[in-house]
Amino acid sequence: MNKIKVALAGQPNVGKSSIINSMTGARLHVGNFSGVTVEKKEVFIQKDGYEIEIVDLPGIYSLNAYTPEEQVAKKFLYNEDYDLIVNVVDANTLSRNLIFTFQLMDMQKKMILVVNMIDEVEKQGGRVDKEKLEELLGIPVILTSAKEHRGVDEIVDQIIKTYGSEKPKNKLYYDERIEEQIEKLVKVLHKSPHFKDPDEARFIAIRLLDRDEDVYRTIHDLPIFIELHEMLGKIYRDLELEFDEESTTDIMNDERYALSKALVMKALVTPPKKVTLTDRLDKLLIHPVLGLPIFLFFMWLLFQITFEVGSIPMDMIDAAFTEISNTIKGALPSGPIRSVLADGVVPAVGSVIMFLPNILILFLGINLLEQTGYMSRAAFLLDGFMKKFGLQGKAFIPLVSGFGCTVPAYMAARTLKNPKDRIITMLVLGFMSCSARLPVYVLLIGAFFPSSHAGNILFIIYISGAILGLIVAKILRTVLFKGEPEPFVMEMPPYRFPSMKALAVELWIKAKLFLKKAGTFIAGASMIVWFLSSYPHDTSLVESYEKKIETAIDEAQKAELQNELSAKELESSYLGRIGKAIEPVFEPLGFDWRVSVATITGLAAKEVVVSTLATLYAVGEADEQSSTLIERLRENVSFKAAIALIVIIMIYSPCIAAMSTFWAEVPQWAWRGFYLVYPNVLAWLAAFGVYSLLGVMGF
Amino acid sequence: MKPLTECTIGCEGRIVKIKAKDPIKGRLFSLGLAKGSEIKILDHTLAKQTWEVESDGTKIALREEEAASIFMEPKGSCG
Repeated sequence: MNKIKVALAGQPNVGKSSIINSMTGARLHVGNFSGVTVEKKEVFIQKDGYEIEIVDLPGIYSLNAYTPEEQVAKKFLYNEDYDLIVNVVDANTLSRNLIFTFQLMDMQKKMILVVNMIDEVEKQGGRVDKEKLEELLGIPVILTSAKEHRGVDEIVDQIIKTYGSEKPKNKLYYDERIEEQIEKLVKVLHKSPHFKDPDEARFIAIRLLDRDEDVYRTIHDLPIFIELHEMLGKIYRDLELEFDEESTTDIMNDERYALSKALVMKALVTPPKKVTLTDRLDKLLIHPVLGLPIFLFFMWLLFQITFEVGSIPMDMIDAAFTEISNTIKGALPSGPIRSVLADGVVPAVGSVIMFLPNILILFLGINLLEQTGYMSRAAFLLDGFMKKFGLQGKAFIPLVSGFGCTVPAYMAARTLKNPKDRIITMLVLGFMSCSARLPVYVLLIGAFFPSSHAGNILFIIYISGAILGLIVAKILRTVLFKGEPEPFVMEMPPYRFPSMKALAVELWIKAKLFLKKAGTFIAGASMIVWFLSSYPHDTSLVESYEKKIETAIDEAQKAELQNELSAKELESSYLGRIGKAIEPVFEPLGFDWRVSVATITGLAAKEVVVSTLATLYAVGEADEQSSTLIERLRENVSFKAAIALIVIIMIYSPCIAAMSTFWAEVPQWAWRGFYLVYPNVLAWLAAFGVYSLLGVMGF
Repeated sequence: MKPLTECTIGCEGRIVKIKAKDPIKGRLFSLGLAKGSEIKILDHTLAKQTWEVESDGTKIALREEEAASIFMEPKGSCG
């Protein structure tokens, strides 16, 4: 079967994804672009004996790429092997979109222009002249509306047709004075065996006039470079003088700008300007005074729904996994295999899947915000405040998500295009106390504070985390990311009703990726924790206790002995030994080895701190309401140490699932290393500070 | 000719000069903010730290610094 590979390129917000989603008979495949976490969507379509693969590139405004996602799209367009380009443009902003189209046409590849959202222009009384556009551009044009499923399937037919036909002659020529220089450059380029193809040489020449650094780098190592370099310097000077512009980039831009204006004049009947729904909504939603309260209300609503609705299936999932665990216990003979499955893997995988409803609801909300176009309004409203702390307006979304669960929050940080902003945001995200830390706080507050103050203390903990996050962001910005934060220039797309199908597809993809990634990782990690806490078996210890239990007088004593046995067993396990080994580290904070181990196991998942404390203080199965555990804690842990523990929990590394997400999202080893070390150092220092301060105050 | 930041909401005109350097200049250009483009001031936040402008059907958010680097010739009296 003949294979056709298509690159789907276009500026952001032109509806590329909705076109892909509404294609008939398309199979969607989602992966990553090699080496980066930018999502790569591909669809496969079989038609007329052809297997067509369409790669949806990240939105890109211009070949002079600016954001990392744009860089991915550009790299694909430059280096990958594909047969033709389908360029999607928005009929509403045709003239701006066409400037990028010209840059693509410079590449001299087979190309199809798709003018999307044609329904919106026509409804307002405008019209796009398809024949005129085709004639002027010299490439096939299709008018589509993904929403009304108009023209979408024509794209596939046109792809097959264009694939089978000759490449049309280039119709895109610039000012004579520019063409002259292009010709000169082409002549020199031809001297190199790399650029024998006249089309490619022309493209390289144009990109050099555009001062494309990526192209410059590719010619840098060629033997013709010296000659080319000298010539370029002269051409730059001549053209800049001739056109009275600062740079040839501006000259090329002005050229394309003029071309696009001329083209639109001939091929587009612009609809009369009316006050749109977007204009009216914006009057309210980004009102200088009302905008912020409205935004805060939406956020509050999102988190209410996330945790209220999300907690309903949570209990069911929990129960289901307990059931599975019990079934295994009943079906398998006692031994290490039963134990690793029933006590290790199943509960751990369950504890991850439990977060899935939360995550899906949060993502649905964030996707809705993004796709309706409200997200950029939120960024607009908050940019001033966030800038004070060296962050960007958009950073607010992941930070607030962090109060729910750090895992989706890290993923939400993808909306930050600038890598520095993104790293800073991700580095302070952990200070937003996630919902898994709540049980630990509740237990400790219950043990060491009067119940009348519990709510206030909890609020103080959460607020301190958020304030700490903003302060650390400021410090990171001034120390590690010196200089001004990146400029903030952002398109505010018109409000659009999101396509339900697209939302569902997105959600399904997210769910699949989450289950796959976190599930495999958590299962593995928890097996290690399970192993460390269960081995080595001290058989003589078990035997001696079993005898004692047999001779015990009543049930209460039996249970107590049983608890004592588990505690002793844990103490002699690898985990217990590790606890003893790390005890000196935590000694200055007033922790004994048990609290130390609990702190360490908290790295697997924060809820584990509670269950570990319960086991280590030998009170058997316990939860945060357990009064015996509270009593044991009061007996064994000082007030100062308890506060120090709260501070540690608040600041130190989040759980393994979150850490692995960070790992996956941030490819740089330096940042990964920094991320592993600094929260823990900071947590220890802060805890030590608080511990000492309380000591001075006489607690 | 005056920078956008000296104009008021509702002000309309034509861009006459963009002082920003690349890559910001390129970014502004690809969003449709170029010498000669029509521009309208739509909104700014209370502290005037962030601005919203419209050009050729595209709405764009800018920080004060970037807005101050764009100069327009207002139509009629405004600002």
